[in-house]
Amino acid sequence: MIRARVLCQQAGRQAGGVILALLAASGLLLLAGASPVEVFRQIGLGAFGSVTRLADVLVVWGPLALVTAGLLVTFAAGLWNIGIEGQIVMGAIGVTGSLRLLQDAPLPAWAVLSVALAAGMMAGAAWAMLSGLLKTVGGVNEIFGGLGLNFIASALILWLIFGPWKRPGIGSMSGTEPFPDSLWLPALAGTRLSFWSVALGLAAVGAVALLLSRTVLGLRLKAVGRNFRAAYLLGVPAWRHLLLAFGLCGALAGVAGFVQVTAVYHRLIPSISSGYGFLGLMVALIIRCRAAWVAPVAVFFAAITIGGIQLPIALQLDSSLSGVLQGLLVLGVLFSDGLRHRAAARP
Amino acid sequence: MARPGAWGMRLLAGLLLVGLAGCGSGPSPDVATPRTDEFVFGLLMVGPANDRGWSQAHFEAGQYVEKNVSGTRMVYVDKVNPADRPGTTPAQLANDLLDRGARLIIFNSDDMKDGALEFARAHPDIPIIHISGDNAWPKGRDFARLPNLANVMGRMEHGAAMAGFVAAMTTRTGRIGYLGPLINDETRRLAAATYLGARHAWTQVLKRDPGQLRFKVSWIGFWFNVPGVTADPTQVADGFFSSGFDVIVSGIDTTEALAEAKKFSTPDKPAWAIPYDYVNACAEAEGNCLGVPYYNWGPAYVQHVEAVRAGTWQPSFQWLDPDWSDINNPDRSAVGFQKGAALPPAAAQELDAFIGALAGGLNLWTGPLRYQDGTVFLKPGETATDTQVWYLPQLLQGMTGQSVSNQ
Repeated sequence: MIRARVLCQQAGRQAGGVILALLAASGLLLLAGASPVEVFRQIGLGAFGSVTRLADVLVVWGPLALVTAGLLVTFAAGLWNIGIEGQIVMGAIGVTGSLRLLQDAPLPAWAVLSVALAAGMMAGAAWAMLSGLLKTVGGVNEIFGGLGLNFIASALILWLIFGPWKRPGIGSMSGTEPFPDSLWLPALAGTRLSFWSVALGLAAVGAVALLLSRTVLGLRLKAVGRNFRAAYLLGVPAWRHLLLAFGLCGALAGVAGFVQVTAVYHRLIPSISSGYGFLGLMVALIIRCRAAWVAPVAVFFAAITIGGIQLPIALQLDSSLSGVLQGLLVLGVLFSDGLRHRAAARP
Repeated sequence: MARPGAWGMRLLAGLLLVGLAGCGSGPSPDVATPRTDEFVFGLLMVGPANDRGWSQAHFEAGQYVEKNVSGTRMVYVDKVNPADRPGTTPAQLANDLLDRGARLIIFNSDDMKDGALEFARAHPDIPIIHISGDNAWPKGRDFARLPNLANVMGRMEHGAAMAGFVAAMTTRTGRIGYLGPLINDETRRLAAATYLGARHAWTQVLKRDPGQLRFKVSWIGFWFNVPGVTADPTQVADGFFSSGFDVIVSGIDTTEALAEAKKFSTPDKPAWAIPYDYVNACAEAEGNCLGVPYYNWGPAYVQHVEAVRAGTWQPSFQWLDPDWSDINNPDRSAVGFQKGAALPPAAAQELDAFIGALAGGLNLWTGPLRYQDGTVFLKPGETATDTQVWYLPQLLQGMTGQSVSNQ
């Protein structure tokens, strides 16, 4: 009974954060002259109103789940991997480079795609480990290192798209020449959704959940994250584990880049990450790094992203309001958590 | 760390709210479900619907259809580009318009070419207009022979020539800057047409040495500013005005050049700009605007909507001339030129004569003309074919700036 009551109290406080966020969002919508109920209804319809839209939600969910799963590893090791956006970009560059190299080779499509997947993972991992090396060797905080590397990755992708990989006779941010259909991850009939995108997302979430809860490596990563020095003194090679966490996260970001190139855009575009790195950070924050919640909360965020498209169509509202809603949800929950911790700390 | 139970409640609350929103009483009839006698058409715009440029011209053309063809309604999405709508594709957004009852879909940008083709192939029963594309052109390089795809484009080469003409008639420094978007066939030929108009004014009207006319093209990388991705058009315009250029002809969808002209202009050193696309674009800075070449999509849209309604619609490729009897006729002319308040009266008179000459058959695409690299484009007396103009592979001799990116 006592446990149930405590749980209810906690639930009430947490739900308070969501309600607070929704109230704030509603206030903003009213200021913008829109009906909050109609906005939420349109977002819901836009995300779940038909099979096609549900499939579109899952198109976002795949890379978002991959990225969030990766971030759980770095969060477990006590790292703020802000460079995740750049890691997705570098993964996509690795994928595009290998596809360009092999698309005319006498190889079956599955072999070319497998090589591309491996190249994307390696590129993402290498870029992430660069953040790790900057931290371990140069003492550069991973937040600043990651930000810098994001800028470099953005510059590199622009240079490739406007330079060596440009479409013949064209200089545009609209991207590289699309790859032939044979190198697209197959989509389910009548949708843009690739089974492989969802499968890779589920596999990543499952693997990370197992890693963090059932393996010695996961335990060591968490030990490093909780107390770096204590872990080191107890015999855990802490720096090596930090690099490993970066590498694992970067590899999963690279897989997200692979999905974006081969299942969504079928070419390389400047905004190939679609902002999923930062969205993944929000998901990881809101679930407080519990792997079991990655899948449903990522669905929730993906639904807001896709459902938000209906705002300009149905209500002539800017769809960036959906981003505002996502941000407010995170802030509301964090604010609620902060209040709770502060109350608990009082004598 | 919170317990999963608490997080479950939190998530449940959120999902419940969105779920409730989604499971309401269904879409309201006025928003989503077309009446049986209503014709809904969909418009995808690459930029904001109020950009005072390309997208606003299309948006207002859609409103023109609603006003002039009874029983029609437009549904639309603007900012259809990966920077503004990450994770989405034009084909996906076209599907959303289809779900809203659209029976004709207009993709308004060259940037949506792949998406328009993908959507056309997936929905062979839905008529599609891809603005500025060439896949429905039997003579074109990328003819796709799709039963439901049409292309519409205005012959803006005439409007661009008029812009170049007034720029050359007005400049005091002999330096004209061209603020270009991305680089492709369309933008190369429009920049070249602007140059041809400027050269004509400089040599044929002002009787000046062509070597004294400087025409420089700077490309930003897309149709409008995408921070962090494209070059900033404000800075590019500033660069022009700071280095002795006193007129900028804009080829991008937004009006930064005009805003910067206003900022840089002084009584001693006036600065002018010529925006692009939208009939009312000069409103940004009337006192510095020499005029604007603009598209008038409304009549073509009406024609397609009526044909679809009547069941007579056919795939077609339209490259529409101005109505030479009155290029600013809103019900007939696909391309026009609105004179700006800053256009000197003498130049305005010469412009009228120039428009008359174009209407009478003056063809600026007549040799001798050379490409930027010095190779022959047109021999003396030779005129360019439509395909030679459409697929112009380089800028022309006399122009400075990149013909393709990063050469």
